[in-house]
Amino acid sequence: MSASDVTLPAPAAQDLLGLPAPAFHLAMLVLAAAAFGFILWKRARLLLQGAPDPRLDRIGTRLARLLFLGFGQARQPRYPAAGVLHILIFAGFLILSLRSLTLLGEGFSAGFALPGLAGRAGAAYASLKDWTALVVLACCVVAAVRRALFAPARYHDRHARKSHAREAYVILGLISLLMVADALYEGAALAGSGGAGPRLPLASAAALCLGGLPDAALGVLHLSAFWIHNAALLFFLCYLPVSKHFHVITSLPNVFLLDLRAGGAVKPPRHGAVDQGAAEALGVGRLEGFTWKHLLDFYTCTDCGRCSDQCPAYATGTLLSPRMISIKCRDLAYQCFPLLGATVPPEERPALVGDVIAAGEIWSCTTCGACEEVCPVLIEYVDKIVDLRRFLVDQGDVPPSLQKPLAALEKHGNPYGKMARKRGDWAGGGEEGGSGVRVLKEGESADLLFFTDSCVAYDPRLQRIGQALGALFGAAGLDCGTLGKDEVDSGHEARRMGEEGLFETLRDKNLEALGRRTFARLVTADPHAMSALKNDGYGLAQPILHHSQLLAELLAAGRLVPGPLGDERVYTFHDPCYLGRHNGEFAAPRAVLSALPGLRLVEMARARSRSFCCGGGSLYLFSEVECEARMGELRLCMAEEAGAQVIVTACPFCLLNLEDAIKTSGREGRMEVLDLAELVVRSLNRGVVG
Amino acid sequence: MRKILVVAEMGRAGPDDSAFELAAAARAAGKALGEHRVAAAVFGRGVAEAARGLAPWFDDVFVFDDPQLEIPDGEAWRALLALLIARERPLLTLIAHSNHGMDYAPALAGQAGTPLVCDCVALEVRDGRLFAVRSVYGGKLNARVSVALGDAGCMATLRPGAFPAAPAPQGAGAAIHAEAVPAALTPRRRCLGTVAPEPGAVDITQSAVLVAVGRGIEEEENLGIIHSLAEALRADVACSRPVVDKKWLPRSRQVGTSGVTVKPKVYLAIGISGSFQHMGGVKGGPFIAAINKDPAAPIFSVADVGIVGDLFELVPLLEEKVRELKG
Amino acid sequence: MEIIVCVKRVPDVAEVEVEVDRSGRALERQDLAYGINEWDNFAIEAAVSLVEAHGGRSTAVTVGGPEDEEVLRRALAMGVNEALHLCDPAFAGADAHGVALLLQRAIAARPFDLVLTGAISSDQRNGQVGGMLAALLGIPQVALATELKVENGRAVVRHEVEGGLERVVELDLPALVSVQTGINEPRYVSVRGIRKVADQAIPVLDAASLGLDAAQAQALLAQVRIEELFLPQRGKGAEMLEGSDEEKVLKLIERLRERGGL
Repeated sequence: MSASDVTLPAPAAQDLLGLPAPAFHLAMLVLAAAAFGFILWKRARLLLQGAPDPRLDRIGTRLARLLFLGFGQARQPRYPAAGVLHILIFAGFLILSLRSLTLLGEGFSAGFALPGLAGRAGAAYASLKDWTALVVLACCVVAAVRRALFAPARYHDRHARKSHAREAYVILGLISLLMVADALYEGAALAGSGGAGPRLPLASAAALCLGGLPDAALGVLHLSAFWIHNAALLFFLCYLPVSKHFHVITSLPNVFLLDLRAGGAVKPPRHGAVDQGAAEALGVGRLEGFTWKHLLDFYTCTDCGRCSDQCPAYATGTLLSPRMISIKCRDLAYQCFPLLGATVPPEERPALVGDVIAAGEIWSCTTCGACEEVCPVLIEYVDKIVDLRRFLVDQGDVPPSLQKPLAALEKHGNPYGKMARKRGDWAGGGEEGGSGVRVLKEGESADLLFFTDSCVAYDPRLQRIGQALGALFGAAGLDCGTLGKDEVDSGHEARRMGEEGLFETLRDKNLEALGRRTFARLVTADPHAMSALKNDGYGLAQPILHHSQLLAELLAAGRLVPGPLGDERVYTFHDPCYLGRHNGEFAAPRAVLSALPGLRLVEMARARSRSFCCGGGSLYLFSEVECEARMGELRLCMAEEAGAQVIVTACPFCLLNLEDAIKTSGREGRMEVLDLAELVVRSLNRGVVG
Repeated sequence: MRKILVVAEMGRAGPDDSAFELAAAARAAGKALGEHRVAAAVFGRGVAEAARGLAPWFDDVFVFDDPQLEIPDGEAWRALLALLIARERPLLTLIAHSNHGMDYAPALAGQAGTPLVCDCVALEVRDGRLFAVRSVYGGKLNARVSVALGDAGCMATLRPGAFPAAPAPQGAGAAIHAEAVPAALTPRRRCLGTVAPEPGAVDITQSAVLVAVGRGIEEEENLGIIHSLAEALRADVACSRPVVDKKWLPRSRQVGTSGVTVKPKVYLAIGISGSFQHMGGVKGGPFIAAINKDPAAPIFSVADVGIVGDLFELVPLLEEKVRELKG
Repeated sequence: MEIIVCVKRVPDVAEVEVEVDRSGRALERQDLAYGINEWDNFAIEAAVSLVEAHGGRSTAVTVGGPEDEEVLRRALAMGVNEALHLCDPAFAGADAHGVALLLQRAIAARPFDLVLTGAISSDQRNGQVGGMLAALLGIPQVALATELKVENGRAVVRHEVEGGLERVVELDLPALVSVQTGINEPRYVSVRGIRKVADQAIPVLDAASLGLDAAQAQALLAQVRIEELFLPQRGKGAEMLEGSDEEKVLKLIERLRERGGL
């Protein structure tokens, strides 16, 4: 904006309603700031009552993530159409924020310019912002048309009780109004001066429309557009925290405050508490039980529906929709902490668990993490679900079908209720035909400790994974031992079902057993066990490996020499949630597969971090949720779409669930599921024969 | 003379099968005792005729015929049996281990001060003791227990079906004794009514015999043969998950970790592969018979008997033979 | 309302291959895990929820050794107000009648309106203690309850009878009800819940405090003797029935008949 062109009256130079414009503008600003501050303060009251949650460590990392995920909008392109629109509008916001400040300044002094935006830089910025405004306006139109005519299915949640579409249109309208008002403000000036051109496309277009109007009319329009723009801007500011567009304010802080703990970790029941068991009640049973950051998550949810779109529990028709957890909690927060009037006392509120969120929702989550992976503003769900479960567990409100495996874990150390004494039987006791894995007595040592965890230890089908691995370790000349009857369940599922005390008991037993043996490295075939041992406070000094990582190492080092499989079938890899998404290991299993000669490998559309849960997470291997479809069967369809006949996985839960899905969907003989270790054994045997 | 008392339960059409099983067990025990009399006690309203029907199997029949006894009520039977036992002082009292028997036998033994052995599958009398075999630890073990046949006598409840029913002995019938029934039999426990289970909502967790059907049934229309087989066997129909998933049967019929846990005596698995999720719901060590077309189906490793074959041939044939047998 | 709930600690053998110990009369206890008898768990839930609804106090009682205290702790964690442990070496080997006798001596000395027991215990499967205890206490009783309400000083109980039927009876209090599984949905007991009641005092009653002479206790308490435990005969894997379809079916019917399936 070049002040020299102005022939029309500057807003700051005019009286308004008998007041000098700067005074009027100041009054407007103060009013808006007061309203905005008031609303934010009201919103903040709840956050202040939330549970503690330390989020200010590793500032450098946080800033880097903020740049990449926040300003960089790195997760937006996962949904290309909406993502590109959002990136454009977001970039527009950043660019136009300077323009907004300038216009606020112009209310006080004619020809106001931000420091550094005078002269040539100012002219360049004027052009940039005008092009930006044009793009943003176009995006708003496209977004509105898309929402009205081509809305993606995810916009409507089948559990939603009301639509936020109206809010979306209001916001799109407000943004458009800002763009148009500024265009008219500038256009009126341009129309008077004749300075239109491609340098200022939107303003020039406005000027073109206004051409021929008398100067007086242009003056009035110029002034009106200015005041409308600034009024709309201030209204917009105050409207944000009462709408789903609160995220405009909270999302960048929310990204900055992201969870930096290891992927598969679960938050402790209460941050900073010395004795986790000391509290009167455990878990989250009312709004203030959530940590302040989790409450901020609720404010930040944009209702975009990507979490539920990715959620396997939603896809299979369970009660759960992660988005609705945020939406319903936010609604409850607004209801109980109203902008006007007193906070509703806890006893008069609807119950968070029961009235607002049904137990069925809470128990439907497999903790696969697909929702968190996709959320553009890094809202956390698994920790919240676990906190809600902790509350239910503490109240004794656990579905009977889940009580069985939990009770068995407590009594027998495994969810099947099998005898502890039999835990090492799969290894064959070092006899002829045994697995090659020794059962280590107290005080004994091995280079490699194989942590079996309950599934591989007891399930006859899954024992074959352990035996396959034993054979591979033997072939590679590794000295491998296991804990036998002294091992108990890793507690991974117990912890995620909210049974923190049981988890601690199991962890302590394992630590005792591990502490009485010497080993250099620990390996497990169960990503859940790996995740628990690494991230759930076991605090082991030794490296903890998943068998895919060890197999990749052995193949790369030439200690295992695979032969051609001689199989014409097409293979695909199913990423287990707790190997891939939660612990970031996508490469090792693929390195193993690519080391097998002649393997025809395809990727599913939902691979790597977008992998779709088999349905075995939490304790659902032992107790299925009520649902319309089975996750495992949906996964088979995805493999079929990719053209695969063999699904390779690297998790006993996945193996069992997908195999069961093959049976229940009548795909026997047409599809096969294998563990990575079993496939390597096949290939190795071919190698020997060939 | 040594007396053995049998408590005969009445079915809708005369004495229940268990009455004849108890009679046989009583006779066998009596042989070991030497000279003895076997008596029956019969309760009900208008049961005089049915009592006469029992006469060939017994030496005495005590008939309690009273309007108060129209509905078999455990506390009423206990009150009357306590009086009868005090008077007759039988050495051994045998009761069916039915739900009804479980309701009154322990309280009766407690009141009469006699030891009680429950749910016996075999009995033997020797050396002045009663030896009984019973199933313990969820059917995983059998226990042989013994109790002295002393002055106070002894009671046992016998598992229905575990003892062969007695054929009618030749010769003289029993003496029939009409017994007086005092008024206000059970002042502190009153029967308010009988509830039939809601139609459709069969509680398979309580079924003794289950015909379970799995994915092998292929189509919903084929379920008919399963239902009529179950009817012939007087069993309830259960199923595995795929059948419920397809909404062919309600979830209340689903056996397994995601369904209900059942503890029948006999489990007939038809077209069920026997996945661990399904078999996880079958408890109590039932007798498992399996019909499956796949000889490698895992069900055969847990079943007691198996038939490899086409269920669409075998099931109707089985039903036909069962119906022939039951007349 | 004063409710007494009788509980028992039993080995969990559902998924376990049980073995008989050297005496031939008892289970090989090594490596077995123990817990609350399943039926008793429902009885505790019934007691706790009745007290929640009507006020009063619930007390869990068990007969057993020191190790059996854990089921009382579990009952306390579920919400039972007090616990009572009948514990004396002289009680070892007590049969169902003996247990009922001990319970009667402990309970009769206290105020009570309702006594609850599980219908049977999963180990010995006698299903006797409830009925015997009621008789010894001289109160009305009902077995196999599937629904229990207390109103106007009476217990209204639905219980299982033959042929899939249920009967509703009304009992004057005090009364004893032995409950069937499924009568309610027992609440979960978390490890933390158990820890919270770890310090609650549990009175122990020995033979003397129940007015029993320890020397005579054995004869009084253990009339039914376990002679031997043995594995029921059962082959491994199914016996495959061969022949024509008709032959197979007839063989199957024969087997079903032997096992009470017809």
